[in-house]
Amino acid sequence: MLRIAALGIDVGSTTVKIVGVNDTGGITWHHLEQTEPSIEKQTARFFDIIKEKIENLKDIPVIATGYGRNLVKEAIRSVTEITCHAKGIYKEFGHGGTLVDIGGQDSKVIVIDSEGKVIDFVMNDKCAAGSGRFLENTATRLGYKINEIGDLAMKADIEVPISSTCTVFAESEIISMIASGKDTSSILKGLHKSLIKRIVAMIRSVNFMPPLLLSGGVVNNIAIRKMIEEEMGEKLIMPTYPQLMGAYGAALIALDENK
Amino acid sequence: MKIGQYLKYYLNVKLIGNNFLRYQRIKASSKKIIPLKWRTDILAPPLKIDAKTKELIAKHYLEGQFVSGVRPVAWVTSGAPVEILKALDYYVLYPENHAALCGARRKVVDISSEAEKAGYSRDICSYARTDLGATLSKKTPVGRLPKPDLLLACTNICQTVLSWYRVLAHYYNVPLALIDTPFIYGELRDHDVEYVKKQLEDLITIAERVSKRKFNYNNFIRVAKYSKEATELWLEIMKCCKHKPAPISVFDQFIQMAPIVEMRGQKITIDFYWAMLKEIKKRISDGIGAVKNEKKRLLWDNLPIWYKIRYLSEYFGERGISIVASTYTNAWGELASLIDYSNPLESMAKTYLNPILNHGPKYKLNKMKKMIDEYHIDGVILHSDRSCKPYSIGQIDQRNTISKECGVPSLLLEADHNDPRAYADLQVETRLAAFVEMLK
Ligand code: SF4
Repeated sequence: MLRIAALGIDVGSTTVKIVGVNDTGGITWHHLEQTEPSIEKQTARFFDIIKEKIENLKDIPVIATGYGRNLVKEAIRSVTEITCHAKGIYKEFGHGGTLVDIGGQDSKVIVIDSEGKVIDFVMNDKCAAGSGRFLENTATRLGYKINEIGDLAMKADIEVPISSTCTVFAESEIISMIASGKDTSSILKGLHKSLIKRIVAMIRSVNFMPPLLLSGGVVNNIAIRKMIEEEMGEKLIMPTYPQLMGAYGAALIALDENK
Repeated sequence: MKIGQYLKYYLNVKLIGNNFLRYQRIKASSKKIIPLKWRTDILAPPLKIDAKTKELIAKHYLEGQFVSGVRPVAWVTSGAPVEILKALDYYVLYPENHAALCGARRKVVDISSEAEKAGYSRDICSYARTDLGATLSKKTPVGRLPKPDLLLACTNICQTVLSWYRVLAHYYNVPLALIDTPFIYGELRDHDVEYVKKQLEDLITIAERVSKRKFNYNNFIRVAKYSKEATELWLEIMKCCKHKPAPISVFDQFIQMAPIVEMRGQKITIDFYWAMLKEIKKRISDGIGAVKNEKKRLLWDNLPIWYKIRYLSEYFGERGISIVASTYTNAWGELASLIDYSNPLESMAKTYLNPILNHGPKYKLNKMKKMIDEYHIDGVILHSDRSCKPYSIGQIDQRNTISKECGVPSLLLEADHNDPRAYADLQVETRLAAFVEMLK
C-alpha cells in the first residue's frame, strides 16, 4: 500500500494530473492523463484508481486546482493554479524566483518571494499563440511529433520569421512557406522564437526576480529552454516533475490544512 | 416654441410624469423593502438614496422624450464645460451616461451591433458604438432620446470623441462645438489656459445662436456655484471611505455618480449629495460598512465594468473585501477647487484642462500612490479596459511601480467597461481568485 497523506489534483485544459504526498511533503505517487471532455467522470476514475492503492481515501484531504478545479467533487476546496505552482516550486527549491509555466493552453508568469508567497503574476489564457498548443498545432501540420521539433529547430542556422500573431494564421503562413521551399528546421526555429517573444514579454511585464524557473510540458523542448535563456540572459532552473507542480502544490496545501 | 409641443411637455413631464415618479420614490422609500436578491448576509442594505437616484435619472430621461422644441437640446461629452449650456437652459444629454445605462441593463450587444452592422469597428470605444447604434436604430431602454440642436465635444478625455461627434454632427446635421484641450505633460501653461478660454468664449456665441437666447453672466455664475458645490460634496463623500469600515463601496459610488456627471450645475444635485452625505455619515456613526466584516480594502483603477457590478460586488463581499476607492469616481470630485467665481471663464478653462485623462500616466500613478496611503489600501485592481485606451495606457508600468514602491499587490484585469463580449467569466474568476489568495 502507498503512503499518502494528502492529494492534489490539477485539472488543466490539456492534461489532468494527480499527486499524492507523504507526511513530509514528498511525492509518493502521481498519475497523468490527457483531459477528457467529461471532467467529472475522469476525476472520479482517478479516485477509483487510487482507492485500490490506499486504504483510507475518505480520510485523505484533496485540493483541486487548474481550470476545471471547481468540478472536482472529491476536493475539500479549490485553489488557483497560481498559488499551487508557487507552493510546489517553493517546496522543491526552498527559494523563490520568477516561474514561467507554459501549459498546453495557457501560460503564466509567477513571482515568488523568499518566503514562498506569490507577489505578482500574469496569465495568458486568451490566446493560444502564447501556449504549448501553438507548437503542437504547427508541429502536426508539418508532420512531426511535438517532442521532435525542439531538436530540429536547434539544428537550423537561420531563422524564418513568422509574422502571424495567431495560431490559426501561423499555420497558413507556414504552409505557404513550405510551398515556397523554405527549410523546415528554419521555419521551426522561427516558430519557437515567436512563442518565446510572447513569453518574454510576459516576464518583462512583472517585476522580475531571479532566478528564472520553468515548468510545464514544454520543459522537455530544448529550443524553448535555450531561447528563453538567451532572450532573458538568465540561467533556467527546472523542477524534477515540471508538469506536476500545480498538482504537487495543491497536495501540499491539502497537507497543511490537515495539520 | 410650438404651443402643442409645450403643452405635451408640460402635461407629460411637469404635471404627470414628475409627480408620478416622485410618488413612486416616496412609496418605495417608505416601504424600506430590501430587494429579494440582495445579499444582506455579506453586504449592508442598499442606500436609501438609491430611490432618489432612480427618480432623478428617470425624470431626466422622461424630460428628454418631450423636450424637443421646448428647450434647446445639447449632446455633450462627460468632460465638457456644461455650465455654459446650463446657463442658457439647455437640456443636456450625455451619450456616455446613456451608454453606461445600456451597459448596466445589458442592452449593449444588441445596440452596439447596429453600429457594427453599419461598419463601425469593434475596436472603437464601446460607449461610442452604443451611442452610434442607438442613434442609427433608435433602440434605447429609456424610451426615446431627443434629437440634439447642438453637439459639444471636449477632447480632455480622449480623441475618440472627436470622430464620434463628427459622425453625430453629420448624421443630425447640427453644429458641433469643439473644445480642444492641450494635453498637460507637466505644469499647466498660461497659453493653454488662454487657448481654452478663447474657445469657451466662442462656445458662448455658438450656444447663444443655436438657442436663440442671450447669455446671462449671473446665470452662469449661479450654475458654476452649483457645479462647484456638488463636486465638493461628491469629494467629501469619497473621503468618507477612508473610514474603516468603508461606509460605501466603489460599486455604490459607480451607481451614485450619475448626477455629478449629468446633472452638474443644478440645485437638485446639491440637495441630492447633501442627503447622501448625511446618510453615509450616519452609517459611519453606526459602524456600518458596505461590506460586512471588512477584512481587506482595495483600490480600483479605470471605468467600472457596468454589466458585472453586482457579480463583482458580491464576489468581493463574500470574501470580506471592500473596494473603497477608485481613480475614476475620485476624478469627479477633483475639479471643484479650480472654479473661481471672480474669474469664471479662466477658472473654467483650468478646470476642463485638468481631468485625469488629460494628464500623463505618471499623474495618475501619483494619485494612486496617494490614495493607497490615505485609504489604507491592501491591493489594487487595474481594469485594463479594451475600450478606453487613454485610461488603460501605462497600466503595466503603474502596476509594477505600485507593487515595488507601495508594497501592495496589484492585478491587471482585462475586460471592457460596456461590451460583455470582451469579458470572459472563467478567466476573470481565476485571476480574481489568485489575487484574493495573494491578499491573504
Ligand atoms: S475612449 Fe474612454 S474616455 Fe473616450 S469615450 Fe470611451 S470610455 Fe470615454
